[in-house]
Amino acid sequence: MPSSPDQAADPSPRGTLVGWNRGDFYFKLGLTVAASMVPLLLLFLVWELWTGAKPALDAFGFGFLTGTTWDPVAEQFGAAPLIFGTVLSSLLALVMAVPLSFGVAIWLTEFAPHRLRGPVSFVIELLAAIPSVVYGLWGIFVLIPILRSTVFPWLEHVAGFLPFFRGPIYGPSMLSASIILAIMVMPYIMSVAREVLNAVPGSQREAALALGATRWEAVIGAVVPYARSGLIGAVILGLGRALGETMAVTMLIGNRHEIAASLFAPGYTMAAVIANEFAEAATTLHIAALAYVALALFVVTVVINSLARILIWRVERKTPSR
Amino acid sequence: MRVTRSLPALALLVVAACGGGDGGPGSVRRLTGAGATFPNPIYSAWFATYAQTHNIQINYQSIGSGGGIRQFTEGTVDFGATDGPMTDEQMAAVQGNVIHVPTVLGAVVLTYNLPSLAGKPLTLDAGIIAEIFLGSITKWNDPRLGALNPGVALPDRDLTVVHRSDGSGTTYVFVDYLSKVSPTWAEKVGRATAVNWPSGIGGKGNEGVTQQVRQLEGAIGYVEYVYAVSNGLAVAGVVNSTGAVVTPTLTSVTAAAASAVFAPDTDFRVSITNAPGAEAYPIASFTWLLVKQDNPDGGKALVLRDFLRWMITPEAQATASELQYAPLPEAVVGLVRDRIETLTSSGSPLAG
Repeated sequence: MPSSPDQAADPSPRGTLVGWNRGDFYFKLGLTVAASMVPLLLLFLVWELWTGAKPALDAFGFGFLTGTTWDPVAEQFGAAPLIFGTVLSSLLALVMAVPLSFGVAIWLTEFAPHRLRGPVSFVIELLAAIPSVVYGLWGIFVLIPILRSTVFPWLEHVAGFLPFFRGPIYGPSMLSASIILAIMVMPYIMSVAREVLNAVPGSQREAALALGATRWEAVIGAVVPYARSGLIGAVILGLGRALGETMAVTMLIGNRHEIAASLFAPGYTMAAVIANEFAEAATTLHIAALAYVALALFVVTVVINSLARILIWRVERKTPSR
Repeated sequence: MRVTRSLPALALLVVAACGGGDGGPGSVRRLTGAGATFPNPIYSAWFATYAQTHNIQINYQSIGSGGGIRQFTEGTVDFGATDGPMTDEQMAAVQGNVIHVPTVLGAVVLTYNLPSLAGKPLTLDAGIIAEIFLGSITKWNDPRLGALNPGVALPDRDLTVVHRSDGSGTTYVFVDYLSKVSPTWAEKVGRATAVNWPSGIGGKGNEGVTQQVRQLEGAIGYVEYVYAVSNGLAVAGVVNSTGAVVTPTLTSVTAAAASAVFAPDTDFRVSITNAPGAEAYPIASFTWLLVKQDNPDGGKALVLRDFLRWMITPEAQATASELQYAPLPEAVVGLVRDRIETLTSSGSPLAG
């Protein structure tokens, strides 16, 4: 840091930097407390979910995770359709969002005119700031009518031989929810991917181009591999957002406890059922079942994130030394 | 980096905000309540009017009936509010120290999207409604529907059921009705604020159901009466228990409560779906405030009692009609008036 004019007024001599300093001590203490808050909070959360879910854990055990009935009247609860819905809608969203986001990020860093890069990035980051309920409303009023009248019938026409694109078209469905999720996670993946690609040194591109590579070959052969682990990180960020998204999904997914092959059929997600039923859940077991769902969502998130970490780690190990 | 010895910035400053004490009993100027969302507009209107004339702030949070019962049971609010009465099990959790005070009436109506009807009213009866929601009537031109709607050209169109996806008092009233009129429903589905729906898609809230019904030709769903009126939805007439076709109106909803029979010592946990009156709309219900029968806090008990007295006055009930809530019938007002005089504090009757 450049020396400032009030340096002279500073009462502490330079020497104390090396030794023990009261200010440093409190500073360190403060930071340590702040840093330990996060894991403590996490532990508290797990404990709280565990105790909340205890009655349901006792009543259903692990069968809860494979059960398909959700009947608050008979107090029979099973979360398989919810887990299925959460994982499937998030993965479908990534399938749609990742190529598009990476494409835009590559275009922005490699091909776009310099004058456009700033404004386009700004607009993309604005998308990330839109509240999810607004996405949900837009989905109900704009997206679903278009999907139901145009896109879904067309899909059924060209791909109806697959079981995924068959059956009655209501509008609210697994596919509608996945599409809104894709739109919602795109800005996150895009802006992180753009940062990562921007950080690739120019020498990487220049070297590839100097060896006679085309622009395309330079991007695919030199830039993207260099940024690989960062790009995977961008996808994980998007996935995390998709797994936990509640409001827009519950408005578009149709909310039916069912595992259906068809993507036109309504489904349900873990976050959505908690948002839907918690406020009015009256019996102990019903509340506990919802806490159990929250616990399961937590575990699913941890498992998926760990898998992604392992993936990054393996990619980094395989990448030849630069 | 500059090092200064004075780094007090990280010291945590704990500001203990001391609430100004409530003083003795009788000086309470603030009550809190929580619960049902359906009567929130009328409660807000009542509490605002009452605050102006009586200098009492009543803070009501519409968090849902289930939450209202929970908070009332835990004692975190002075009163609760619910669209579905507490179960015996829930009553036991508060040692029975609760009175259900009916406030206004609500109704659930069936709304549908059939442009080919061109505004002609649709009529449904109990059996047909149950079969539609059980998923056994799947076409609009089903002969059972045709027999009930002579002269109405019902289209050859798939029937799509739309129900609430969130737990809701509206759902409770609707499935309570279905459980009464259809043994199959009672056995297969039953009654609760959220049930295992045999068919259809779920929309979040009245607005979610309405939106899906509006967008999908051939859809049928159920929504809260107030919501249907304020949004001008097409509403089906329903055949009631006497065989008369009744359209939902404030009068027919109040008639449902008027035709219900109350024992003098009723705890007001009375379901008025499928009510016996000839003019009664069959899918109606009370909504209740949950009040402690014996409140140790005498000051709050007194304030709450005074509010309840005011709430059943004709002018307060007239506010309800303006907001499309059906007012309580005379007989019920009388019973409520008598009952709120039995409120006590630590065993002794309230003053005044």
